[in-house]
Amino acid sequence: MSEFTPEKTLDAKGLKCPMPVVKTSKEIKSISVGGVLEVLATDPGSMADITAWTKSTGNELLKAEKDEGVFKFYLRRVK
Amino acid sequence: MSEDSQKCTIIVFSGDMDKVFAAFIIATTAAAMGMETTMFFTFWGLKAIQKGNVTGKGLFGRMLGLMNRGGIDRLGPSKFNFFGLGRWMFKKMMKDQNVATLPEMLEMAIDLDVKMLACLMSMDVMEISQDDLIDEVDDVVGAATMLAEAQQSQVQYFI
Repeated sequence: MSEFTPEKTLDAKGLKCPMPVVKTSKEIKSISVGGVLEVLATDPGSMADITAWTKSTGNELLKAEKDEGVFKFYLRRVK
Repeated sequence: MSEDSQKCTIIVFSGDMDKVFAAFIIATTAAAMGMETTMFFTFWGLKAIQKGNVTGKGLFGRMLGLMNRGGIDRLGPSKFNFFGLGRWMFKKMMKDQNVATLPEMLEMAIDLDVKMLACLMSMDVMEISQDDLIDEVDDVVGAATMLAEAQQSQVQYFI
């Protein structure tokens, strides 16, 4: 389905602020530089927050989409 | 952390559940965003990093230690506490919403290498010793140390 092959998937569904961001920051360190992390979240705030997090940390947000109430993010670890 | 790492300093003055909660949300998020984060606990805020034993030696210190007992799980909300009923209610409402608990937030902050500093002067006044604080407290310091941290921080909060 997706044009990115995630190295890992973080299931942050059901978690509220700030957990999706906090867990993302931990998980991204577990994949290789250049690798893609898929994050699944249901918190509507995560759309703005994950975007802000990538901007602030310098990682790349490849794609953000909403699929039946679940937000899917594809993040590339830059450093 | 990156070479152009930003810093965040949070002064936790309040010992109210809701305010301490806000402080920990900001601290964990700042750390997650790659910021070097410091929390400076002073006065009522010390309750959040106390082990929870009864503190104090003299009459007033002991009284304070009994009536204002520390421990992050004992904190009550700034409004609507009603002798602990409000604390119970908020805990339940947060749990129902799947929000992390205060002890979990503290654990997370420690895990994210948030630096924990305690204010020496207010510890002296309130008769709280370093042994009364959780082991994860990095240092017991004065205002100048906190200000030196804050001076280098792009983000500072007083809660």
